[in-house]
Formats: sequence, C-alpha cells, structure tokens
Amino acid sequence: MSRTSRLPSSLLRAAACTGVAALALTACGSGSGSGSTSTGSGEVKVGLITKTDTNPFFVKMKEGAEKTAKAEGVKLMTAAGKFDGDNAGQVTAMENMVASGVKGILITPSDSKAIVPAIEKAKAKGVLVIALDTPTEPQSAVDALFATDNLKAGELIGEYAKAAMKGKTAKIAALDLAPGVSVGIQRHDGFLKGFGATDKDVACAQDTGGDQSKGQTAMENCLQKEPGINVVYTINEPAALGAYTALKAKGREKDVLIVSVDGGCTGTQAVKDGKIAATSQQYPLKMAAEGVKAVVTYAKDGKKASGYTDTGVTLVTDKAQDGVASKDTAYGLENCWG
Amino acid sequence: MTATSTPPSTSTPYAELKAPTAARRLLTQPTTGPLVALLLACVFFSVSTDQFLTGGNFSLIVQQVMVVGTLAIGQTLIILTAGIDLSCGAVMAFGSIVIAKMAAEGSLPPLAAIALGLAVCGGFGLLNGALVQKIPLPPFIVTLGMLNVAFALTHIYSEEQTVTSLPGPLTALGQTFPLGKTDITYGSLVTIALFLLLAYALSSTSWGRHVYALGNSPEAARLNGIRTSRLTIGVYTTAGVLYGIAALLLISRTGVGDPQAGQTDNLDSITAVVLGGTSLFGGRGSVLGTFIGVLIVGVFRNGLQLMGVASIYQTLITGVLVILAVTVDQISRRKAR
Repeated sequence: MSRTSRLPSSLLRAAACTGVAALALTACGSGSGSGSTSTGSGEVKVGLITKTDTNPFFVKMKEGAEKTAKAEGVKLMTAAGKFDGDNAGQVTAMENMVASGVKGILITPSDSKAIVPAIEKAKAKGVLVIALDTPTEPQSAVDALFATDNLKAGELIGEYAKAAMKGKTAKIAALDLAPGVSVGIQRHDGFLKGFGATDKDVACAQDTGGDQSKGQTAMENCLQKEPGINVVYTINEPAALGAYTALKAKGREKDVLIVSVDGGCTGTQAVKDGKIAATSQQYPLKMAAEGVKAVVTYAKDGKKASGYTDTGVTLVTDKAQDGVASKDTAYGLENCWG
Repeated sequence: MTATSTPPSTSTPYAELKAPTAARRLLTQPTTGPLVALLLACVFFSVSTDQFLTGGNFSLIVQQVMVVGTLAIGQTLIILTAGIDLSCGAVMAFGSIVIAKMAAEGSLPPLAAIALGLAVCGGFGLLNGALVQKIPLPPFIVTLGMLNVAFALTHIYSEEQTVTSLPGPLTALGQTFPLGKTDITYGSLVTIALFLLLAYALSSTSWGRHVYALGNSPEAARLNGIRTSRLTIGVYTTAGVLYGIAALLLISRTGVGDPQAGQTDNLDSITAVVLGGTSLFGGRGSVLGTFIGVLIVGVFRNGLQLMGVASIYQTLITGVLVILAVTVDQISRRKAR
C-alpha cells in the first residue's frame, strides 16, 4: 500500500464531508419546521425527548408538542433514543438541550432509574423537567409527571374481561412488555387486580417488547403450552394483533377474549373489527400539549408545575358490559393517536 | 495495559512499513481528510448557533464521546488486523454491571470491583482472540456470537435491574475540575490519554508495526517471523481491557449500572473507525484518526441538536458520512494501485 496518493485522497475526503455539511443545512431547512438558524436569545425553548423516533405513540406526542409550541410562540427542540431503553442517548440529548438554553424539558424516560442523575443535573441549572407517559424512579426526581395512570388502564380491561367472561373459568395468557419496565408491570398488575386474579392464575406469561411479530410468537408458544387459554391480556395493540394472528391460525379467534392498552388508531380499528374485545385508550397528544404549556407558564412567571397530572384513560369497546363504563369505537377512533 | 509484547526488532525487514517522520506523517496520514471535515463542521456550527463555540460545549462533546471513543480504540486495533468486533458494546455493558453490582451489592471494595470488571472484559477479549486465531473462525462470527453471550449474561446477572447508589470511587471519573471557566471531567482526560498512548504504541513500537503488518498480510507477517497467533490474541485481549475501561467511564458518566447500555455502541465504534480513515480491510489507518471520527459524530450530534434539528436527521447524516468515507477509501485504494 503506497502512501503516495494520501494527500489527494485526503482532500477528496474533505470535499466529500463538506458536502455533508451542506446536507446538514438542507436537513434543517426541511426538517420539522424548526430549523431557523436565528435563535434569538429572548425566545423560549422547550425540549422534548422521547424513547424513540419511530413508535407512533411518540410521533403523536411530538405532533401535540409541535402544535402547542406553535400556538404558544415557543421553539420546540426534539430528540430521541436510538432504541427503547437507550438511556445514554437520552442523557446526551438532555445535555445538549441544556447547553442550548432550554427553559424546560419534557421526557419519556427509557430507563426510569438510570436517567435520574442527568435530570438532577438539568434541574440544578434551573431547567424545568417534566416526565411524560412514564414516571421516573423515584417519581420526585422530576418536577412534574403528566401521564396515563397505567395501573388504572390495566384495571379497566381487567374488570371488562371479568364481566365478559360471565363466570366462565378463565385461563389467562399475559403478553407483557419486558422485564423491569414500570409501564408494563403496572398494566399487568392492574389487569390482574381488575380481573380479581393473581400471578398464580396466569397460565402463560411471555415478553413481547410491544412488538407484533413477537406477540404472535409468544401467543403461538402459549397455545402450545396451554391450549385451553381463553383470555389474553396484552401490553399494547401490536402485541394483541400478533396474538390474534396466532389464534386465527388455530381457528380460535372467536372464542378467545383479547384485551389491550394504548388506543392507537390501528388498535382502535382492530377493536371495531372485533379482533380485540376492548382497549384502554390513552392520550399522548394531551400529555405533550400540557407539558409545553407548563414550560411556557414557567418561562412567563416562574411558576413550576408539580406533582402528578392524570391525562386520562378511557375503556373503548363495542361490546359494552354491564357495570363497566366504556365508550364505543366511534369515540375511540375520533380520539385515537398514530 | 498496552500489550507490550514487543519481540526484539533486531532487523527491519519491513522497510516499506517503517514509520515516516512526524512531519511527513502529518501531511500524508489518512487522518488529514477527516480532520479537515471536523474543522469544517465546527466552523459551520459556530456560525449557525450561538452556543456551539464555547469551552463548556467542547468539554461536553468530549464527555459525550468518551465511552464510544474508548471502545473505538479497541475496535481500531482489531480492524487494523483485518478483523472486526461486534461484541464491544455488549462486553462493556457486562463489565459495567459486574463493576456496579460487585461494588454496590456485593462486598468488594470499589477498586477490586473495577479490577474484576477489567479482568472480565479482558477475558472476553482473550476468548474472542483465541477463537479467531486457534480454531480459526471469522472474527465477524465469533464476535457476533459473543455479542449475544455478553448481552444475555448482562441481563441474567443484573436481573434486568438498573444498579443505583454506587460508591463514590466508581463515579470519580465523571467528576469535573475547573479549567479556566470550563469544567472538564476526569474521564475525558483518561480517554484522551488512552488515545495518545495507543497512538504511540501503534506508530512507534515494533508491536504497532507488527499489527499493521498482520493486517496487510498475515501470511507475509508470519513468514517474516512475527508471532501472529500471539499478536492476534494480544490485540483482542487489549481491546477487551479497553472495553473494561469504557465500562468504568460509562458508570462514571451516568451514575448508574445500566443493563440496557451499549446496544448500538458496536456499530457506533465501527462508524468512528471508518470516519477516521481506517480501512475496514485492515492494515491502514490510525487511532488518532478514530479520535477524529468519534469527534465528528459527537460534533454533528451536538451541533444539530443545538440548531434544533430532530435526532432522526443526525442518524441520516451519520449514515451518509459513513458511506462517503468508505467511498473515498475505495477510490484512494484504486488510485494507489
């Protein structure tokens, strides 16, 4: 390998990279409508850090934040981890936002515990930090929490499933999220509480990561293990649809009750189509909108939001059960996200 | 920590591999291009945002890249031997959980826990190297397997729990000291020192020249009397120990032991190596180039965030940069022929 042609190649490399710098400019011109390079120092900046860029739930959350930011005349900065659980990515985004002088940061923590030291650093610099959707551990690590009550979301579908079973002996499969993630644990526990069951009554529990294909695999394995399953609790609707596919392959889709949580538009449509019996709908857009407003209030008069704000959860089903409050899918589709 | 397995270099049979003088090297190194790119990016972001061009922000960028940077040193060594390591992030995550749990929940004194973590990571490197060299298996396959092994062990051993309330010495490297108006973390200094140390070892010791020779042609290296087997295993082990140091830096930076950490760090470290002008085909490149590569990624992420560009564009731009870098590498190789 001769070293003689290094210099021109170096220059070539530099030239290529200059092109990328230009690309950066274009990207910011076309991206997210917030790419103006004039960052007047008087402008209020709000940061939003989600778990990922791709999950429709967070896409909707971002949309809600953007809309409110525009209405309130503040600048929104967004960032996300590379994958669900990417704490280091969230920490980096947080530091960069603090460096750019944000007034407040809204974050859906990927890791409830691991993010806490970074949040404390941001708070020490006078930044208002609000957790959206997922609480930190301890919850008091942030100034405020705007979220769905996940335990209640689980309870609603538990109560529904109990009523819909009409006294039949239940064989339960639980398609969970992932070990150690608070959202999944709360929904799971809430379901059992609402159903009046305990973990001992669960015939089969599997992790799905909230993923449709993994939900399908999990359900296939559960049916293999325990063919008599007749109630399926799922962490979210993609997992529920995966379970439905597995049940349909066995011709069991009519006699197994699937309940879920989330209220995404695809999921709500699946409730309407009768694939899923009921789902607990939550409202990411509202979480983000309230979060942005809280930062604006803080910027205006220094008043910090505090405590827990329940952004609401509604049971959506077309087969209402006596004694369980619910709304139909027409309402659900009007208010769904994604 | 540098595997100073320096066989006596009585003669210099590798005349063409002889290290050029410092001044000549500066001009002819493949790092010149990445360096120019880095400077251009810095100029661009300095003009675009008010907050970029401050000491505090530069300190922040170095802090943010120190973990991947340290991994990337090990990755560079392995890629120079025409290998690749997909397991580095997972091995680091396992090391960090070992250190954190041993010190926080086990009864080991912090320093012993750190030593154990380094040893465990070094052990993974040794195992990688032995499988690559002794069986032999392709590095891609060995380290792909080891990625899964280390990932699983991390989750089994941690029981999926984040380890908190770490004793002080574990987070000491994350502490800062003031330099003028800027706060610098000790970990940043450790990372920079490691880069300089390995750069020296590669460019100015016979061990370093042997690594390049091995990457260019293992057969020629062997015929020239280099103990290629020992050298390969040594490189993988050194890399493993570096991942252990990265584990410590990770703990000190986040203040917790996080079983989810490092999942994309293997690819991030390869990205840094490629952006730094090191050839994926082995035998060409440098650790200092990797440092520049790491900084390019860090500067883009930080700068774009300061501009308010959404993070998905950072991924887009990093992807384009990598393809450009490899394209340039290929074109320059063809010209060199």
